[in-house]
Amino acid sequence: MATIVVEVMLKPEILDPQGQAVASALPRLGFTFAQAVRQGKRFEITVDGEPTPTQLAEVEKAAETLLSNPVIETFVVKVEK
Amino acid sequence: MRIGVVTFPGSLDDRSALRAIELAGGIPVPLFHGENDLKEVQAVVLPGGFSYGDYLRCGAISRFSPIMESIILAAEHGFPVLGICNGFQILCESHLLPGALTRNADLHFICKDQTVSVENTKTPWTTEYTEGQEIVIPIKNGEGSFQCSDETLAELEAEGRIVLRYVGANPNGSRNNIAGISNKRGNVVGVMPHPEQSIETLTGPSDDGLAFFTSILKAMVSK
Repeated sequence: MATIVVEVMLKPEILDPQGQAVASALPRLGFTFAQAVRQGKRFEITVDGEPTPTQLAEVEKAAETLLSNPVIETFVVKVEK
Repeated sequence: MRIGVVTFPGSLDDRSALRAIELAGGIPVPLFHGENDLKEVQAVVLPGGFSYGDYLRCGAISRFSPIMESIILAAEHGFPVLGICNGFQILCESHLLPGALTRNADLHFICKDQTVSVENTKTPWTTEYTEGQEIVIPIKNGEGSFQCSDETLAELEAEGRIVLRYVGANPNGSRNNIAGISNKRGNVVGVMPHPEQSIETLTGPSDDGLAFFTSILKAMVSK
């Protein structure tokens, strides 16, 4: 079994109020390292055996049509073992 | 004049929309997300709510429902569609309207009476307003901030496709105070505020929203 991971992030030019809220909460807890925070989504898709190129292409398509909204988001597909 | 209102799992304002159509003098026709039958309606309203729990993104899953397949196809051929709140989000996810609705800038769910100006009175849903008319209708959403690329924004402005704009302070970070837009042809309109909740003073802040429904009935008659 392998896991295909799809990570979805808001495009840099799209306002991310959730990330901003996290960024302003960090210093209140004494964490002063963050200049900015952007928040995204991670999908873990379990498949039987090694992912085939066809499966990866299908995941790519699913990421483009359903898992992300290309108008405001970008995504990356990777395989984890 | 038969006007449909789609009920998705999680729709909230479908009954209010049906009632608004009736009050405006039309025949309200309930439609169901799981069927692809438009039941010979002449226009459709996608109501507010949290369709499919708003899981993933608002409107993202509803877009692939059987009824939306029929509506997308019809809308591309000029069939009038009005999306209100969650309905607007569904229209953006369906790519019938450009841009997307994202989390309100202050992260709060906003529920209040809002003044908006009607900027485009040429769509079949807004002919009964006068250009620049200020109306008061409620907004109630957590993800109402309209976002799009600079090119899309310039195109919407140049083509007069901003239908509603917030008056006064921008409530949610929407680009150019946008509260509602239309497609190129004008038959598809999406608005974040709720005209169906402002159809009589007994239950709403005004009856300013009713003209959305009298407009479409008039447009259907004159066809």
